[in-house]
Amino acid sequence: MLQRTNYLSSRYGVPDGHRIEAYLRDGGYEQAKRALGMPRKALIDEVKAANLRGRGGAGFPMGVKWGFMPPEPKPGKPHYLVVNADEGEPGTFKDRTLMERDPHSTVEGCIIGAYGIGAHAAYVYVRDELHLSKARLWGAIEEARARGFLGAKPFGIDYPVEVYVHSGAGAYICGEETALLNSLEGKRGEPRMKPPVPAQAGAFGMPTTVNNLESIATVPTILKLGGEAFSKLSALHGMRDGGCRLFGVSGHVKTPGVFECAVGLTLRELVYELGGGVAGGKLLAVIPGGSSTPILRHDELVDAPDPKAPLHPWHGQSVLDVPMGVDTFRGLGTMLGTCCAIVLSERACPVLAMHNLMRFYRHESCGQCTPCREGSGWLERTLDRIVGGEGTLEDLDRLHEIANNIMGNTICAFGEGTAMPALGFLRKFRREFEDFVRTHGASSPRNLAL
Amino acid sequence: MTFALTPERQQELARIVARYPNKQAACIPVLHLCQEQHGWISDEVTRFVADTLGMPAAQVVGVVTFYSIFNQQPVGRHQVWVCRTLSCALRGAEGLLHQCEKHLGIHAGQTTPDGAITLRTAECLASCGTAPVMQVDKTYHENLTPERAREILDGLRSR
Ligand SMILES: Cc1cc2nc3c(=O)[nH]c(=O)nc-3n(C[C@H](O)[C@H](O)[C@H](O)COP(=O)(O)O)c2cc1C
Ligand code: SF4
Ligand code: FES
Repeated sequence: MLQRTNYLSSRYGVPDGHRIEAYLRDGGYEQAKRALGMPRKALIDEVKAANLRGRGGAGFPMGVKWGFMPPEPKPGKPHYLVVNADEGEPGTFKDRTLMERDPHSTVEGCIIGAYGIGAHAAYVYVRDELHLSKARLWGAIEEARARGFLGAKPFGIDYPVEVYVHSGAGAYICGEETALLNSLEGKRGEPRMKPPVPAQAGAFGMPTTVNNLESIATVPTILKLGGEAFSKLSALHGMRDGGCRLFGVSGHVKTPGVFECAVGLTLRELVYELGGGVAGGKLLAVIPGGSSTPILRHDELVDAPDPKAPLHPWHGQSVLDVPMGVDTFRGLGTMLGTCCAIVLSERACPVLAMHNLMRFYRHESCGQCTPCREGSGWLERTLDRIVGGEGTLEDLDRLHEIANNIMGNTICAFGEGTAMPALGFLRKFRREFEDFVRTHGASSPRNLAL
Repeated sequence: MTFALTPERQQELARIVARYPNKQAACIPVLHLCQEQHGWISDEVTRFVADTLGMPAAQVVGVVTFYSIFNQQPVGRHQVWVCRTLSCALRGAEGLLHQCEKHLGIHAGQTTPDGAITLRTAECLASCGTAPVMQVDKTYHENLTPERAREILDGLRSR
């Protein structure tokens, strides 16, 4: 159901919407002030009721995650809030809009979040390339400090809060939360073994909550509306997937961009209404939520004959008409991910699309685990051969095998994030891959661009 | 030759270190600060960072080699990155990169002989909705056409 909302992006078109004056005009920082006067448990309950599923890709409920933190910091064991703005997942460009155009919602979210988890410091980890985002965040922090909303006594309340921006240095893997923590500590951005989870031992070995930047920037809205009312904005409130969020669409659409809507939008609405329709002919396929989420074909139907299956109400319908939710898309065998879709028209070659992405993963593997390091290399090299017109049908089986060997055999979810989309391309475009191999590429438009 | 920061940057360094519970956490921001001044991370810079933050030099080297932003050799006065990941590729990134290579007479990964421009490829720059995109130093250029890219590159030569 297409339901545009205007909570997270209401200042996007406003002149100087990134300045504190614009934010205060809309009631900014009132929720942070109120939150600092609430019992911590009441605050967490409000966030739990919002059913906000993490906007960073994994879709974990934010309130539940906050609840994992020790109720009070132990002496010598400060808590930390870490905000993930590494935004490196190919196809994803939503957090950047928040930082550039409305950085104060993040700063206010940090104050509330820090209090909610018992922290006095929040680090916003921003990928290095986003220089304007970093400048806008620092600007917002300085403006908030000048008004007495940060520092030793925010709003005159005895609960010190500091917010810092920390710059990455060009490594996709630092979006993975434990790699990010290593990077924050000044180390190589290699993911850590879990357990311990960050709530036990995170930044600097201390209890830590890592949240995506959009998750945090949504917190003031949750408090403003009330948790339950926020959740009920969503068509999937009943599945505990609440609220509104930013949807992105890029690739072969006429009007790419970021759009704020209630949860429950369908891919058809995202592509044809918000995205203005497919550019360059008919729709071939959609990668629903960043490159790590398996691709969906335009002609796929929902297969859920069991009346008890969560997707049964959509049985027999096009996958494009299923509301975009964390659990609904898992049911489709893909993932909602970051909710930023990449659209391929029939003029794009799926073999080349997979090749492009597997090159990306080979480049970005941190190299700690052999199946990921070697597997991503083999995937790329096998595809190099196929794209060069020298592939064989055995190569297609080999690709399956390599991807299957990565699954479940790695330290972090990067491995699955490489293997799952690889398997998705191979299964859904088997015929196109076979034709490509048999004709040495003559069957392919040989192009990704229109 | 030892490396030293300008007095302003030395003050900035103190502010950075104060943000973290230990000195090592300042490693990446301080490397950025040094690279901003020196253009790349030389052995002298590595030693400076190690001494300043009380880290073994080998550890600093480990950090420098992990992250793609840190230059391990001198680069051009201007850095140009062309994104080549899927959303940009669907909107003509490959053609854009070829244009840049042809116009500058170098391949991605190289620096023009006059030392003005280092051309590189980038992975998804979080600008997929305004693809194709090219980053020039700290600025993004979005919705690029090959003509516009040529103009931008020509503008850099004289700066
Ligand atoms: C390879 C990899 C890359 C990731 N990149 C990002 C990212 O750029 N931004 C982000 O918020 N989460 C990213 N994540 C997810 C984080 O690990 C983590 O789940 C998230 O930041 C938690 O925030 P949330 O619960 O608010 O979504 C990535 C995960 C993996 C495995
Ligand atoms: S799965 Fe890949 S990216 Fe993750 S830790 Fe292992 S080698 Fe590194
Ligand atoms: S793919 Fe180029 S900015 Fe995302």
